[in-house]
Amino acid sequence: MDTLVARYSRPAYQQENQFDDIEEYDYAADSVSGPSLKFAMPPVAHPSSWLRAATDDRSNPHCPIKIAHGTTTLAFRFQGGIIVATDSRATAGNWIASQTVKKVIEINSDLLGTMAGGAADCQYWLAWLGMQCRLHELRHKRRISVAAASKILANLVYQYKGMGLSMGTMCAGVTKEEGPALYYIDSDGTRLAGNLFCVGSGQTFAYGVLDAEYRYDLTVEEALELGSRSILAATHRDAYSGGFINLYHVKESGWEKHGFTDTNPVFWKTKLEKAEFSNVTSDFSEEV
Amino acid sequence: MYDAPTMEVLLGITGKDFTLIAASKAAMRGATVLKASDDKTRALNKHTLMAFSGEAGDTVQFAEYIQANAQLYSMRNEADLSPSALANFVRGELASSLRSRKPYHVNLLLGGVDPITHKSRLYWLDYLAALAPVPYAAHGYAQYYCLSILDKHHHPDISLGQGIKLLNLCTDELKRRLPIDFKGMVVKAVTKDGIIDIEFDDDKVVHAA
Repeated sequence: MDTLVARYSRPAYQQENQFDDIEEYDYAADSVSGPSLKFAMPPVAHPSSWLRAATDDRSNPHCPIKIAHGTTTLAFRFQGGIIVATDSRATAGNWIASQTVKKVIEINSDLLGTMAGGAADCQYWLAWLGMQCRLHELRHKRRISVAAASKILANLVYQYKGMGLSMGTMCAGVTKEEGPALYYIDSDGTRLAGNLFCVGSGQTFAYGVLDAEYRYDLTVEEALELGSRSILAATHRDAYSGGFINLYHVKESGWEKHGFTDTNPVFWKTKLEKAEFSNVTSDFSEEV
Repeated sequence: MYDAPTMEVLLGITGKDFTLIAASKAAMRGATVLKASDDKTRALNKHTLMAFSGEAGDTVQFAEYIQANAQLYSMRNEADLSPSALANFVRGELASSLRSRKPYHVNLLLGGVDPITHKSRLYWLDYLAALAPVPYAAHGYAQYYCLSILDKHHHPDISLGQGIKLLNLCTDELKRRLPIDFKGMVVKAVTKDGIIDIEFDDDKVVHAA
């Protein structure tokens, strides 16, 4: 009993040895200030199953903690580099928590990460990844490859598998040795290199538009337009996506931002000038 | 309340003077494809065609019940019901079925050309008896992939050739992204002259990006 009392008499964040199985992976923990791997844990027998019970709104709509989930993000490789585009809506259940989320995370001046799934998980671990990339740079006197950076993240989330992390992310960058490189990493531990990925609840809608007109030899202008139009498609059909279109172009000289554009005027411009979205009309209202 | 989407594909596209209806050829039960040349459509009269998906057994029973009643009406009155009249009739039948002991679990697309105005018509109906007149429509997982394509590429005054090209854009995407082979599509066009079978290339191989 005394040991039990002693164990919980300090605040949880001061406790050590809570993560016996993660201990060996002490990558960043104390030697460097910044994001640390020591977390306060809920004082229950199985923190991960407790977290699952408290956050899984699919099995329990009344769960006390609603994690921000819905998203549309995409990235694709082409002749001129990589296009990265996202929406900017954060939802918690049916509640639109924010319309101005930055889902493209600038890991450093030529590496980008995207955010889908738990907003906090993505923000925290991509910031942590940024730190690891900087440390790699200082230790090895050269920029980290996209392959290596994505693998640091994949290995990290794999360590936490089954403990309730929720993230679907893409790492995009252009390096000397790799050229344009794109990786998909999710919290299951999947890591895939590829030409084209869409992630999030709006992924299918974005895939639809993107696949139909994607070619590797797209011009930069065409590629930017296709990326932005694919996000617009998803924000139109997916209730959990919306807000602004965040557009990036990654090339050899680093990434370049191409705006954070409100979807609403873009939608009406697209409809009125190109006569798309023909189902948005009052022509059918007297039909039934 | 709403059911999980199915791997059965139904697509409908209207154009200037036609309505295209397409349905996947695979008849699936569990992990088995029982038939790879299934026709999930029934003609209700000369200028109205209905495609259906949903619970095994219910689908064909319901579709043929509707078909028989549409034909009975045509014989008794020596006049066909218009697509809009038929759509509202079908919706009524679904609504009363929904409130019965054993409701039909059937999702439908009803397409046609109005015999008087010659305007193309397409109606989206689900098993909860929702009815919506639309310029293009899909059921099942196809909705998630195809509606965004149609949002971008559909225009109300397209020709039949352009409609078929649009349909190819949709089926290519389904071949690329749906994890199950739906064995190609039965494609039919309704025009003012009647229902035409459209030759559709099911063997085209689509490579993912």
